[in-house]
Amino acid sequence: MKPPAFAYAKARALDHAIELLGVDGARLLAGGQSLIATLNMRLSSPSLLVDINGIGGLEGIALRDGRLEIGALVRHVQAERSAEIARHAPLIARAMPHIGHAAIRNRGTLGGSIAFADPAAELPACLVALGGEVEIAGPEGRRTVAADDFFKDLFETALGPRDVLTAIRVPAATADTRVGFAELARRHGDYAMVGLAAAARADGKAPKDPRLVYFGVGTTPVRARKAEAALAGGSLDQAVAALAQDLAPQDDVQATAAVKTHLAGVLLRRVAQQLEAA
Amino acid sequence: MKIVQDMPPVLSALDRPNSYIGRSVPRPNLARLMQGRGQYVSDVVLPRMAHVAFARSPHAHARIRAIETGRAKSAPGVIAVVTGAELARVMTPWVGVLTHLKGIKSAPQHALAVDRACWRGEAVCAVVARSRAEAEDAIELVEVDYEELAPVTDAETALDPGTPVIHPDLGDNLTFERRHEAGAPDTAFAEADEVVEATFRFGRHTGVTNEPRAVVADWNPGEQRLTVYHGTQAPHMMQNLFAKHLALEEHQVRVITKDVGGSFGIKVHTYADEMATVALSKLLKRPVKFVADRIESFVTDIHARDHRVQARVAVKRDGTITAFEIDDLTGIGPYSVYPRTSGIEANQVVNLTGGPYTCPNYRALARVVFQNKNVMCQYRAVGHPIATAVTEGLVDLAAMRIGMDPVEIRRRNLIADDAYPTSGPSGIRFEQLSHHASLDKVLAMMDYRALRAEQARLREKGVHRGIGLASFIEVTNPSAAFYGVGGARISSQDGVTIRLDAQGAIICHTGVTEQGQGAEAVIAQVAASAFGVPIARVRVVTGDTDNTPYGGGTWASRAAGIGGEAAWQAGKALRANVLAVAGSILQAAPESLDIRNGTVIDRETGRERIGLDEVARVAYFRPDTLPPGFQAELMATRHYVPRAWPFAFTNGIQASLLEVDVETGFITLLKHWCVEDCGTVINPQLVDEQVRGGVVQGLGAVLFEHCLYDERGQLLNGNMADYLVPMACEMPDIAVGHVVSPTADSELGAKGAGEAGTAGAPACVMNAVNDALAPLGAATITEMPITPSVVLRALGRV
Amino acid sequence: MSPHLVDIRLTVNGEPVNERVEARKTLVDFLRDDLGLTGSHIGCEHGVCGACTVRVDGVVVRGCLMLAAQCDGARVETIEGVSDTGEIADLQEAFEKRNALQCGYCTPGMLLTAQELLARGGVPDRSAIREHLAGNYCRCTGYHAIVDAVESVAETRSKG
Repeated sequence: MKPPAFAYAKARALDHAIELLGVDGARLLAGGQSLIATLNMRLSSPSLLVDINGIGGLEGIALRDGRLEIGALVRHVQAERSAEIARHAPLIARAMPHIGHAAIRNRGTLGGSIAFADPAAELPACLVALGGEVEIAGPEGRRTVAADDFFKDLFETALGPRDVLTAIRVPAATADTRVGFAELARRHGDYAMVGLAAAARADGKAPKDPRLVYFGVGTTPVRARKAEAALAGGSLDQAVAALAQDLAPQDDVQATAAVKTHLAGVLLRRVAQQLEAA
Repeated sequence: MKIVQDMPPVLSALDRPNSYIGRSVPRPNLARLMQGRGQYVSDVVLPRMAHVAFARSPHAHARIRAIETGRAKSAPGVIAVVTGAELARVMTPWVGVLTHLKGIKSAPQHALAVDRACWRGEAVCAVVARSRAEAEDAIELVEVDYEELAPVTDAETALDPGTPVIHPDLGDNLTFERRHEAGAPDTAFAEADEVVEATFRFGRHTGVTNEPRAVVADWNPGEQRLTVYHGTQAPHMMQNLFAKHLALEEHQVRVITKDVGGSFGIKVHTYADEMATVALSKLLKRPVKFVADRIESFVTDIHARDHRVQARVAVKRDGTITAFEIDDLTGIGPYSVYPRTSGIEANQVVNLTGGPYTCPNYRALARVVFQNKNVMCQYRAVGHPIATAVTEGLVDLAAMRIGMDPVEIRRRNLIADDAYPTSGPSGIRFEQLSHHASLDKVLAMMDYRALRAEQARLREKGVHRGIGLASFIEVTNPSAAFYGVGGARISSQDGVTIRLDAQGAIICHTGVTEQGQGAEAVIAQVAASAFGVPIARVRVVTGDTDNTPYGGGTWASRAAGIGGEAAWQAGKALRANVLAVAGSILQAAPESLDIRNGTVIDRETGRERIGLDEVARVAYFRPDTLPPGFQAELMATRHYVPRAWPFAFTNGIQASLLEVDVETGFITLLKHWCVEDCGTVINPQLVDEQVRGGVVQGLGAVLFEHCLYDERGQLLNGNMADYLVPMACEMPDIAVGHVVSPTADSELGAKGAGEAGTAGAPACVMNAVNDALAPLGAATITEMPITPSVVLRALGRV
Repeated sequence: MSPHLVDIRLTVNGEPVNERVEARKTLVDFLRDDLGLTGSHIGCEHGVCGACTVRVDGVVVRGCLMLAAQCDGARVETIEGVSDTGEIADLQEAFEKRNALQCGYCTPGMLLTAQELLARGGVPDRSAIREHLAGNYCRCTGYHAIVDAVESVAETRSKG
């Protein structure tokens, strides 16, 4: 179980990385906590790995214009301990303890989690729930893609082969921001069987503009739009019932589609309580 | 060396003045392992060593039409590419049958598949290269032309007339069948007040040793000797097998086993890829190393426990259990594993079911069938978790049916502690067990009544806790009855040689092996006690067929009970020899002397007479000063094998407290208890940790671990992300208690303890889950692993 | 220079190391095969078992999920190094006293991971210890003894 042969280059700067990614079969290496495992298993055979870990300026966490910007190379452990994230992006703060284990969190990056886009991962769902966006640098320059448009299909995103994800941005939490997070994983740190990241605004009884984003139930993070509408209308029961239409999970080795849909309903009830809590 | 815990639970005549028996002496080899200075086979590097990787069948069943190796042979770093047909010229095939399992049959198995692959993962071609990475590169260039054949995957239909026969020469897919009947089960069932039936299903799982299987084989044509560094539990058994299938004499083969990164029964079998590695070394005349990677491990390490048991119990309204009946079906892959066979687990299920109970009426049928999946064979606590879950599951169901507390029904039926010697329902013989004392002890440890009260209180608040119990028996200290009588060249006896060195320390060589369970510590403790030196002055050598007495190694909880007794006898023998020399030097009667703390003393007064270093000095360097005709013998060997009993059965009971989230089906383990009786406890801490580790292996089985196959015979979760082993977060604290019923078969009286935890944990967790769910009207759960899906189905929520 | 080979300069257990490595070589393979530091073990090579845990620039990482090529300029520490400096002598003593290892294969990774938790100070409760060790697989002990050992060191260090 050794990786196939590939070349390695350490990018000095973003432009350099983008240039190196022009090599046919090149792949970007960030934290490597998913990529190197797939290389070891020979599930992927890039010609060149472009290591962006040495590029400066991608590990910051900063509030700008009412948005919290998190650099692509921010490690999970840094995010977990970040006062800025706890204050301005409490949903991400709640998700962090569920991600991987100590050694993985020391090395894995937030940008890598988003770019790898594992459908059972926490952060892509959080990004969509928060209505965040992804900052991308590519051969044509920089662009911003809304999280809703970023996750295309199983392990497929809006990133092109020469693109580098440089940061994610989420609206900073305000006094009326409500978030909820819950996941069911068989063991601590495992990818979720089913998980739910949710955000809303407090508005009297029912949460306003709730965004309910499931993970582990599809090929991408899945917004449960009918359930969102029902929840906004004040009916949790209808919201749970609507999940049967919103979600179309596939059977996998952990659970059948029916079990996942049931669990999604349980999570919705639990997360709805969190959304109500001040 | 310091003694960390001094609570001998039993002091006997064995307790010599400086005895370590019954004391928690730290293991002598820990510092090395903790500093990263162990020597696992994975670490071994030899001059000119090459690495092998294998092309493995992607199909569960396929004819091999052709193998094209040209491109692979010319790949960088490649030394050789070898097919099954080519390797068969060096190594003969084997057949995994034993004569005492009447009628068992299997087909010849080759080191590399020849003509046909019979499971997904079977090695079909070997690439030897300078590095493992280069060997793997070249594997991608080996082109195998397969013709897919219909796979047989479902054990339930394996014997149907319409199902293809995997090995046509054998006539059918039946590997082995055993029927057993005792008493008058039909009458008992007819006269029962209640008959409770259930079908129990056990998920196929595997050992997942942290260090995968590893072997470095070094054929030296100059010496005409094969040296094999092997992560095995049974070096002498492997010596025999390597020799036999390479047409060598056993003395031409040396097997060296240093540190082994976990075994649990996984590393006591013949693996085709390991045999191929040894054959490749012979073929290529250089050292060849094979370390299974994790993905290979999942499709080649033996699996176990894939059993379906239809079972019923007859019970009287007063709680008396009058009959058990089981029908066990198990699919063991395409070959019965060599040399222990794959019939043993089913055979054990028949032997052990109903074992803790006084129940004269019993009927059992066990059928073992071939299928195109990875092979199954003996894994820690062979058959025990199945028999225990069936028995204890039925006992709880019977109790529920007649409205009796699970404790009460056990009290009424467990064999009385004063009834020994006696036999179990299957005819197995028990020397002395302690079911009732163990039950009392565990109830006290857990405060059963308080837990029941708390359970009732919490239930009113919507918190669903379950309490489960499982009594069990455990096979340890096997005599020749286990394998030897069936024709296997597997030693049930074991030996210890102790030598006094020139400074008065002792070196023990033993055929039992260290797998991490603490065999070396136990041998050192016993030898130190018997001979009379501080344990720091004892060195233990294991795992080298050139340098240890012939022995069986480590399996079936035999190292402490059998190896320990051999050490005891050898220590006494050497003491007598040393006292003869000392007596000669001191002109005293040897009987008037003893050895204490490394010094020869007057037995009566304790007065120090002469140091062992001085005895050694005289014997080794100035034997001229000893009387004419007197020859010092400062080395003694003794062997031991149980003779009075075929097995030293032990017993115990486990209890589980858990909480079920009835909305999600998730189970939280809150606490676990185990009381076990392994006879004389040589090292309480080591016994406790064997129990704890075993319990967690059982908890993995009951909640998490499952080799999931599809109908085409493809393993769906053969990696550590998808195959769920127990990790620290989900495991509970485990309290361990002891009852001590020594065996009279040996002077030490020690039995084994390695299987106890794994034997009972699945059953008591299953019972606890059902205990939690029963008030909700849930269906009884009788399948493992008990996943959230299983719980939700039982609750009718999905 | 072939892009498949990479020159790296780093320190390993305080000693400077200059090597040319295959780009595809993982850190743990490099430590074991090229430097003979076999105390870091290989259990799964896909980041689940934790047997390959080593420290890079002061934090524990999976040795199988980093490339040696990435360690240019890094400070790498293995179980051999932290044993020799005495940094975890108390933890090793507690493991011995509590028999918190059996086969020992997980132990180097377990010790390094536990040390990271202990270095934060305070006395974590048993569930926090279990959570921190949740990425390190031990098949032998059932974890109870490991938790005991880590807990006892936390208590001792917090007093000391």
